[in-house]
Amino acid sequence: MISAGLMNALQVTVLVLVAAGATIVVRTRTRIRQVLALSVYGMLLAILFLVFQAPDVTLSELTVGAVALPIILLLAIAKVRKREQ
Amino acid sequence: MTPRQRLWFFAVAAAGLVACYLWAFTGLPGFGSYPGPYGQEILRVAVQQTNATGVVSAINFEYRGFDTVGEEFILFAAAAGMSVVLRKLREERETEPADEAESRTLPPGSGAVRVAALLMVGPTALLGWWLASHAQASPSGGFQGGVILASAFILIYLAGEFLSFRRLSPDALLDAVEAVGAGGFVAIGLAAIAMNLPYLYNYLPLGTVPGAVSSSGTIALISFFVGIEVAAAFVLIVGELLDQTLLRSA
Repeated sequence: MISAGLMNALQVTVLVLVAAGATIVVRTRTRIRQVLALSVYGMLLAILFLVFQAPDVTLSELTVGAVALPIILLLAIAKVRKREQ
Repeated sequence: MTPRQRLWFFAVAAAGLVACYLWAFTGLPGFGSYPGPYGQEILRVAVQQTNATGVVSAINFEYRGFDTVGEEFILFAAAAGMSVVLRKLREERETEPADEAESRTLPPGSGAVRVAALLMVGPTALLGWWLASHAQASPSGGFQGGVILASAFILIYLAGEFLSFRRLSPDALLDAVEAVGAGGFVAIGLAAIAMNLPYLYNYLPLGTVPGAVSSSGTIALISFFVGIEVAAAFVLIVGELLDQTLLRSA
């Protein structure tokens, strides 16, 4: 078992990473890069949920946040881009 | 309003927000403390009552199954709305996927991406199926399993097999699977009413071994229906968006 102190350190680390990830997503201005940053952010959130002992939410966030949402956004961007041309 | 005035306005509002926020923090319960009685109570009785060791699934599909019906129809409505918004418009016509700039040299597709994506299709589909069908024994469930199952189809597209992706997921099949998934959940609940039991009452045999595949009665069955509904909805949404690239404004 992981000791309580280590678990707290892990939780704080992941919280800081999530805050940093969210800031990076908001600060990224290029659309494609922003989607990729969002995907990594989804992965970080999944780790956050795992560290806070919610493995079921981890599975949902991993698939929706890191895979499904980015791919839907990328396809939507492709569509908008084509119309702009 | 000058920028300077606006900044002052913001500063006052922000200071007020910070003060209220900090004040609210002092009234929060301690980190990780859970004051409500329901969580402890459900942990005590859930496995005995439902024979599902995946207590999250027992809560989702049994104790608060009625809420989950509503949640499932959110996704159903989203997929339906997407289909309506992205329908073929009157001034649009579908084009054959053809090379419209033959003189342009295309960057060659990445062999590594192609091989990796194709290798992942089988394991991903298996993982999704396993998660959707083992909700009673693990912290998984139909939703997670369904999305992962849909990812297997998206991987086929990523491997550069757009036509295979469309052939494996014809719209008629997706529509049918999605309807069966959403309708199956509701029908399981209605069957209970037909037996003079409360809606979504767990009327199937619970099995003898907690956490076994055959245990937990309607929980496992509902999870399966949710799984196929979610998988079909996601493949439908991605397919609709991909089809958009074949539409041209005439």
